[in-house]
Amino acid sequence: MSAEAETLPGQLPGGDKLKEIGAHIARVLIPVLLALIMGGIILLILGKDPLAYYGYVAKRGLLTWGGLQETFTRMAPLLLIGAGLIVAFRAGIWNLGGDGQFLLAAVITSATAPVLVGTLPDIIVLPLCMLLSIATGALWSVIPALLKARYGINEIITSMMMSFLGTSFANVLIKLLFWDPATTVPQTRTLPVEDRLPRLGDSTVHSGILIALAVIILVHLMMTRTAFGLKLQVVGANPAAAIHAGLNVSWLTIATFAISAGLIGLGGSVEILGVFGTVRADWNPAYGLLVVPLVFLARFNGFGTIGFVFFFSALMIGGDSAARRIGVPNHFVLVLVALLLIFLAVVEYLDHIRRKKAR
Amino acid sequence: MSQTQAVVAVRNVTKRFPGVIANADVSLDFNAGEVHVLLGENGAGKSTLIGMLAGMQQPDEGEILIGGAAVKIASPRHSLELGIGTVFQHVLLVPSLTVIENLMLGGSWWQRLARGAALKRFQELSGLLGVTIDPDAQVGRLSLGEQQQVEIMRALWRGEKVLILDEPTSMLTPQGVKDLGAVMKRLRDKGVALILITHKLVEAYAFGDRVSVLRLGRVVGDIPPERLKAMTESQVTDTVIQMMFGTTEAHARDAEILTGRGRAAHKDRAVDRSGAARLVARDVSTEADRGACPLRDVSFDLWPGEVLGIAGVDGNGQKHLAEVLAGQRRAGSGKIAIAGVDVTADGVPERRRHGVRYVTDERLGEGTVGAFSVATNLVLKEIGHAPFWKRGISDWPLINDHARAEIKRNDIRTPSEKTPVGRLSGGNIQKVLLARELNAEASVAVFNKPTYGLDLQNTRLAHDRIIASAESGMAIVVISTDLDELLEVSDRIAVMFQGHLAGIVENGPDVERKVGLLMTGAQSGTVGEAA
Repeated sequence: MSAEAETLPGQLPGGDKLKEIGAHIARVLIPVLLALIMGGIILLILGKDPLAYYGYVAKRGLLTWGGLQETFTRMAPLLLIGAGLIVAFRAGIWNLGGDGQFLLAAVITSATAPVLVGTLPDIIVLPLCMLLSIATGALWSVIPALLKARYGINEIITSMMMSFLGTSFANVLIKLLFWDPATTVPQTRTLPVEDRLPRLGDSTVHSGILIALAVIILVHLMMTRTAFGLKLQVVGANPAAAIHAGLNVSWLTIATFAISAGLIGLGGSVEILGVFGTVRADWNPAYGLLVVPLVFLARFNGFGTIGFVFFFSALMIGGDSAARRIGVPNHFVLVLVALLLIFLAVVEYLDHIRRKKAR
Repeated sequence: MSQTQAVVAVRNVTKRFPGVIANADVSLDFNAGEVHVLLGENGAGKSTLIGMLAGMQQPDEGEILIGGAAVKIASPRHSLELGIGTVFQHVLLVPSLTVIENLMLGGSWWQRLARGAALKRFQELSGLLGVTIDPDAQVGRLSLGEQQQVEIMRALWRGEKVLILDEPTSMLTPQGVKDLGAVMKRLRDKGVALILITHKLVEAYAFGDRVSVLRLGRVVGDIPPERLKAMTESQVTDTVIQMMFGTTEAHARDAEILTGRGRAAHKDRAVDRSGAARLVARDVSTEADRGACPLRDVSFDLWPGEVLGIAGVDGNGQKHLAEVLAGQRRAGSGKIAIAGVDVTADGVPERRRHGVRYVTDERLGEGTVGAFSVATNLVLKEIGHAPFWKRGISDWPLINDHARAEIKRNDIRTPSEKTPVGRLSGGNIQKVLLARELNAEASVAVFNKPTYGLDLQNTRLAHDRIIASAESGMAIVVISTDLDELLEVSDRIAVMFQGHLAGIVENGPDVERKVGLLMTGAQSGTVGEAA
């Protein structure tokens, strides 16, 4: 789970590549299995049938067309948040303010999109709202970024504080500025369904998933194949070496924060433009912190993150329905993710010892 | 005193690591009231032996006797409880804590931290060692040398039975070494068994009561106190060299480095100072954090082909000097010019374009990114620039090719160019740094402690690289706390004292005395502040 190892193409000692990839997969699959088994044991203790639970999860999240579509739809915002987190974490910057950045961007999107669709064509409105949301997210990261770059103040604290402020501010914005007069519950005006992100074929999945996949792959390539990405990784792995090598650490810190928060903001925008069309004042899916463990599980690898986000989305969608049928709390999904993290750490630790012995 | 039973003894100890036998059937007695010197090259097995006494490793075969009884030293804590205190070559302090907090760390968890008592002991030890360190300075902000002084205090903290010193003098002034010698004598007379590990025969002769020589994991020779006392220094030198290399005609340079008489290697290069100076520093000052020493009005000129050695006790502003020359640290005031161009305001990339190179002493701390490959580290200061990056896109095949060529050219011992640089030995990491810094475009090079922690062979290589670079016309600054090293490579030697350049002297006869005087502040204008 360390951020140290550099992921650069072709950086594994030659020959062992296949073996190494196999070991990587084993290091992920073994914890997944152990987590499912342990989760099953917990269900048994609760007097529930684990096989029924997992069966419903698989059926609802993966094996029915409708469920699978929901899973894909859920992936879009999570992937964009994941992309934002990868950029930050690889640069050693712990942007944990995702919820505030996400929500504010969503509110700005839902406040502008319904107003603009009347005057401008959708093809301009949708990208414009996305850009606006990126700017909003980035703007909300400026304070933690400056404090970190200028005074070295721990960004975990500041970004989380800004996140609390951001979620409250989003609420305030809706109630004071963007409240749709036609509704009694505080919420923004609603973007008509026909003006939202186009669906993929005749499915219910909106095209935001394509944007998200493209973004996370581009982020992965940026981190592994560009000078900018390598600079960020140097800053993340050894800030003293970055200064020694003459990198502008302050500027890179601010840029990292802006990109990270901007992409998370884009996630909020896509969720509104694709799914909801409006933000209610009490809406806060709190995806920001949910994605953090997934990105860790994937070792900050973009493709790995896609896999884990898919797995987690299926769990979320399936877990919802399974929870209702079996009578398990909704949040049991989070228990599974927590178990996964624990077992991943254990397996990693054992692997570390094994390799140390082999050396 | 040698008739008493050994305080600590190792009996037929063997320790293997994959591929090497670090200690083979080693038997040694360490007696109370005796300074026992262990001599040997890096890799001779001294560190492993110490590691076992300090409880960090267990012997595969053989046993360790304490007071005659076989003991399994299970952990470093156990070792301390048995009364064995060790000062390791590498600093093992908590950088985020203050000096006094580090010293108070050893107690049990349920004990209250008694700051008053700790401060008293601290003052006592400060007096004993003759050092002045701010007890409330954060350890991470101290220089390596000062941190080592704190380490010595920590090992002495409980007045142990056995004190192991692993190359303790490498950072001290001649006077500091003398003081340490006095401390060792005092401790010895109190009945402490001292184990002194050193490269330097002079020290072995000056401080040791008994000398044991290790080679390739075995004890190859032993000079007991009676015999040592009867021998002259040169006899000891000859005997030890014979033990270490199996012949008196050992590699002449090895012997020179070992005896610290490396002057013969200093060729009398004639430095042409008639032309324009390559590097000019005028009244350069820096600002420092608490515990660090800033530069104060440092001025010097450096001509092409010249090596300027910077001597001084660690922590007198050397690090700032190196950083300010490299562009890593901003000069608060003053002016720095390279080949007549004012570069005071330039950062590292601009300085690099002017040919400035900086080989840092913190090879893993800032010189390299340990988790990154050798190939990446070789281009760490070129990120984003042609030919390895084209419009910001990395050309990994080219970077790897470049690495393979450099690995070959510089004889870097690594399994592959993709191996994380942190897995290499210190000598090979240094080779990576030298390969990165010293190329055809280099015109000014700053070396900070270029041979710190390196073995004889790599020390020699580093010295050769420095001299060869000077001969190719580079202007070179070598910062070192090892005066012998400076005597070998420098044309002139400047001394840093409390952030000032206390003076610059030509390398030549009697230079040691002059430098020694400058080092202690005796000849600078700020004697009043001297420790």
